[in-house]
Amino acid sequence: MAKQTIQEAPPAPALAVHGLGKRFGDRVAFQDVSFEIGHGEVFGFLGPNGAGKTTMVRTLGTLLSPTSGSATVAGFPLVPGNGVEIRRRISVMPESPGLYLRLSVAENLACFADLYELPDPTDRIGRALRAVHLADRADDACGTLSKGLRQRVALARALLGDPQVLFLDEPTSGLDPVATRDVHGLIAALGRGGVTIFLTTHRLEEAERLCDRVAILNTTLRTIGRPDELRERLFAKTLTVRTLAPLPDPERVFAGLPAVDGWHQDGPAGYVLAVSDPTVAAPAATRALVAAGAGVLSINPSHHSLEEVFLELIDQEEAGRG
Amino acid sequence: MSLSRRRVRAIFRKELREYRRNGFIVVTMAVIPLIFLIQPLIVVFALPASTAAQLGHMHLLLYMLGIPAIVPAAVAAYAVVGERQQGTLEPVLTTPIRREELLLGKALAALVPSLAVAYGVYALFLACVELFARPAVASALLRGPDLLAQLLFTPLLAGWSIWVGIAISARSNDLRVAQQLGMLASLPSALVAALVAFDVIHPTLGLAVGLAAALLVLDGLGWRIMAGAFDRERLVGGTR
Repeated sequence: MAKQTIQEAPPAPALAVHGLGKRFGDRVAFQDVSFEIGHGEVFGFLGPNGAGKTTMVRTLGTLLSPTSGSATVAGFPLVPGNGVEIRRRISVMPESPGLYLRLSVAENLACFADLYELPDPTDRIGRALRAVHLADRADDACGTLSKGLRQRVALARALLGDPQVLFLDEPTSGLDPVATRDVHGLIAALGRGGVTIFLTTHRLEEAERLCDRVAILNTTLRTIGRPDELRERLFAKTLTVRTLAPLPDPERVFAGLPAVDGWHQDGPAGYVLAVSDPTVAAPAATRALVAAGAGVLSINPSHHSLEEVFLELIDQEEAGRG
Repeated sequence: MSLSRRRVRAIFRKELREYRRNGFIVVTMAVIPLIFLIQPLIVVFALPASTAAQLGHMHLLLYMLGIPAIVPAAVAAYAVVGERQQGTLEPVLTTPIRREELLLGKALAALVPSLAVAYGVYALFLACVELFARPAVASALLRGPDLLAQLLFTPLLAGWSIWVGIAISARSNDLRVAQQLGMLASLPSALVAALVAFDVIHPTLGLAVGLAAALLVLDGLGWRIMAGAFDRERLVGGTR
């Protein structure tokens, strides 16, 4: 009897967007945006100011209606009739914390626990406050808290309902480095805990540090992928060689090395090798340098930050326009 | 569509907490009724007993129906635009709350303190009249139909004023403009109350029933119309 193999259908994505667009009259906020986010993924949505990031969050959060395309949020098609069901399953933390400043931290959270109709709200509030390390500030009026602490309260509020998808819109905007580090720590912990996070930011180091994948938006989606994939896609691989003294004949040293496609000088005793495979090229270059009697200070593979990826894309876009 | 009492109560309680801790709202709620209280009291205390008969043509108690017409307007005008300016509206709108629930919670939160203030001021006025006015003046003033009209029309007028205030608030981009417009919009109701009080419009049972029915319908329609006109897109995106 032939053996039947049962193939499980891949799990539906937490968020699926197909050709989505939003216009305000003649102004295009974003258009033709498509991507999917898996459950438990931390997805960074990058773009310069005015790129349409916040509008995207508001659209996926059912506050704005898309003008074209379709989306599925937490398993529900993004249509007006599904607004309440979608909002039950997501949380949105807007750029501004939007707390009731005259109310205490606990009163703010109690209001939202009721709006989500959560069972056992006292326990949920306690858990959310412990998650953001604010359990001892529950009775403080929100107006007396620093900006960083308010941001943490907003994060606690977003966590109250154990959302399937958590939208964080510029969560560290305007925070000092210490508060930023705290919020990063909390987001990283949520990501490790399996929460699907859609994070918009224009802070590239933030996305690089926290996100599994990133998309770069500038009205249209410019690129999408893991940060290291984007680097590979946009930049040639190189090795940077530093020696104690300038090589008398660098061409003789570097020419013909395996996986080395070319080289150019970078300073008096520095050389940049264009390579196809750094893991092959680096040992070969080391051996060749030692054989040539060179004092090798360092051989480093190139590292392009997400910031360079971002700027490269923007430059490409401007060059395309020009 | 079923409404969630818990979500309505959440908004209601949150609003009441904010009122309690917001001095400006408390002052607004306290000052306006005093204006409506002082003038009739002066009239009553200054009247000699011989003029009590003239009071038979006036309905001084109804003059104070200006309180439920005006007091809630200022509070209701804050309801949407105030939250929008504070940046608190967007987080609320991202929860599963329906617009009907949000508006009902806010309307009830404006109604309850307005009724408390209005009935409190009536009680104070009646006590002053009973205790300090000449007996003939007091008995000419305190008439059953006027008292009944006062009890009945207070929530009806407040309800109308609240829906007008919330409608203005939802369409305004500036809190001060909303509050000024809200106060202006409440003046016609207060004017009608004053015209009845001073017998320019002669109050009859038919008129009272007609006005009460009209206000009841307007209060019910106000909620439905407001819910239909409540535009998340405009309030969040600042468009349309």
